[in-house]
Amino acid sequence: MAERTQKQKPVPSRTDETVGEDPAIAASGDKLKAELDDLLDEIDEVLESNAEDFVKSYVQKGGE
Amino acid sequence: MAIPKVCGIETEYGILVRGPVSESIANPVMASSLLINAYLSANNRKVGWDFADEHPGMDARGFRVDDLLAPAIETSLVNAVLTNGARYYVDHAHPEISTPECLTAREALVFDRAAEEIVRASMAAADSMLPAGAEILCHKNNSDGKGNSYGCHENYLVARDVPFNRIVRQITPHFVSRQVVVGAGKVGCEVPGMRNHEVPFQISQRADFFEEEVGLETTFKRPIVNTRDEPHCDPNKYRRLHVIVGDANMSETATLVKLGVTALVLAMIEDDELGDDLTLANPVQAIREVSHDPSLRRTVSLRDGRRMTALEMQWSLFAKATKYARSYGLSAVGEEVGAEVLVLWESILAGLERDPDSVAHQVDWVAKRRIVDAYAERHGVRPGDPRLKALDLQYHDLRAGKCLATRVGLDVLADITDVRRAMTEPPVTTRAYFRGRCLAKWPDQIAAANWDSIVFDAGRGPLRRVPMMEPLRGTAEYVASLIDESATPAELLARLGS
Repeated sequence: MAERTQKQKPVPSRTDETVGEDPAIAASGDKLKAELDDLLDEIDEVLESNAEDFVKSYVQKGGE
Repeated sequence: MAIPKVCGIETEYGILVRGPVSESIANPVMASSLLINAYLSANNRKVGWDFADEHPGMDARGFRVDDLLAPAIETSLVNAVLTNGARYYVDHAHPEISTPECLTAREALVFDRAAEEIVRASMAAADSMLPAGAEILCHKNNSDGKGNSYGCHENYLVARDVPFNRIVRQITPHFVSRQVVVGAGKVGCEVPGMRNHEVPFQISQRADFFEEEVGLETTFKRPIVNTRDEPHCDPNKYRRLHVIVGDANMSETATLVKLGVTALVLAMIEDDELGDDLTLANPVQAIREVSHDPSLRRTVSLRDGRRMTALEMQWSLFAKATKYARSYGLSAVGEEVGAEVLVLWESILAGLERDPDSVAHQVDWVAKRRIVDAYAERHGVRPGDPRLKALDLQYHDLRAGKCLATRVGLDVLADITDVRRAMTEPPVTTRAYFRGRCLAKWPDQIAAANWDSIVFDAGRGPLRRVPMMEPLRGTAEYVASLIDESATPAELLARLGS
C-alpha cells in the first residue's frame, strides 16, 4: 500500500524531451550492425532445421 | 474518483506434441492435461476449481445468453488453483493460466512472467512422463498462421455505475491504436479471403480475427469490446472489463505498458475525462488497417471526418493521460507505477515516430520484424518462405534453447527473484493473498476455490464457503496475521466469523 500514499510524481510532458538527431545514435550504428550479425549467427544455429515441416506441423485449435 | 484498477492476464498457450507418442497424447486436449498434471504432481497440488459462481453467458448489455457459451466450460478437464492465487487449466485445446488479481500493472507483469515460468516448468515435468524423443512444446503466441487463434485476455476492475456504452465508445480508439505500442508482430495475413503473403509482416497477432465492434463471443465473430459481464466480485459495485483484443507479449515492457496504459485510459473513462473526439468511423476496418501497416503512415477515418495515424491517436491519448494525471493523480493505477508507465509510453511513441528500430528493445513487433528482415536479407529469402514464418513462431517458443524473444535484447523489467517467488506466492495486495495462503497452508482441507470464494472442508459438519466479493479485501494487510495465527481452517473460520 506504501506506493499509493506517496506524493504524486511530476508527470513528463511530450515537450520535455527533444527528439532531434543524436550524434551518439549514428556513432553506435556500426555497433548495432555487429550485434545484429551476431544475433543472426545465433538464430542460424537455433532455428528449426526443417523450417518448412515445422511450420506445416504447427496447427492449433482455435481457443478462448 | 476512479476505483483502483485491479487487473490480471489470462493466456492460452499454443501447444504442439512431437515425437513417438500415442494418438491420444498427440491430441492437444490430452497433451494440455498431461502438461498441467505433470506440473501439479511435481508440485503436489490438487485443489480443484469451483464453478458455482461462473456465468460466462451474462452480457454487460443486460441480458443472458446461456446456451451460446455452454461448451466453454468443460468441467471434466484439468482445472487447478495454485498457491500463487492463479488458475491453471485446460481451455478448449490449450493450457491456460489466469494470473491472480493484481493491484497494479507491475504486479501483473511479474505474475504474467511467473505464468510463463510455470509453463516452462510444466514442459520439463512433462518430459519425464513422455517416451524418449517425445516432447511437448508451448508457445506464448496467439495464432498458428493458418487462421486459428487463441487468446491473451486482460481483465480490469471498473465501477458498475460507469455506463457500459461509454466504456465501449471510448475504449475502442485505444484498442485499435495501441497495437503500434504493444502488438506482438506476425509474419503473414490470416484475414479470410486474403492471401497469406498479401501482408508479409503485420503489427498484431490478433487483428485479423476481429469482426465486430462489440459483442459477447470470444471464439468466432470476435468483438473489439467483449461484453461478458461476469464480475467475479460484488456485481452491484463492480464490473470486470474482459479484454480479448490484445496479443500475448514476450516483451516485459509491452506487458507493463499494455496493462498500465489501458488501466489509465479506463480510469479516465470512469472519471469521464476522456471524451469522444477519437471515435472511429469503422473500428473493425481500422484495426486491420493499423495492423497491416508497419510503416505507421496509414491514416484511419474518424467519425468527425478527420484522418489520423494510430501513432497520432496514441499521442492524443497520451496528452489526455498526462493532463488527467495532473488533475486527478495516478492513485487508480498506483502513483509510482502510473508515472513509470507514462514515461515508457512516451518514450516508445517518440521512438516509433523517430525510428521504430530504436525501440526494438521494448516493442515486440519491432524486435520481431528486425530479425525477420535481417534474416531475409542475409539469406536472400523472399516473403512467403517458411523460414520467415518459423522465425515468427520461434520468437514465442518457450523452450530455452529455441526461444528467439529471449535472444533479441528485450529489456528485462521484472526481477527474476520476484518472478520465481510469484510462481508459488500470491500478491499481498488483493484477495488472491487469502486464496493463495489458505491453499498453501491447508491444501487438504479446501474442497474447492474460485475467484470469489473458497470452500473449506473443516472435517466435521457441512462444507463452509467463504465469499470474497471484495477484490481488495483478503489482502495481507487484512488477513496475514489471521492466517498466521490459525492452526486449522476451523480456527480461521471461527476468527473470520467473530
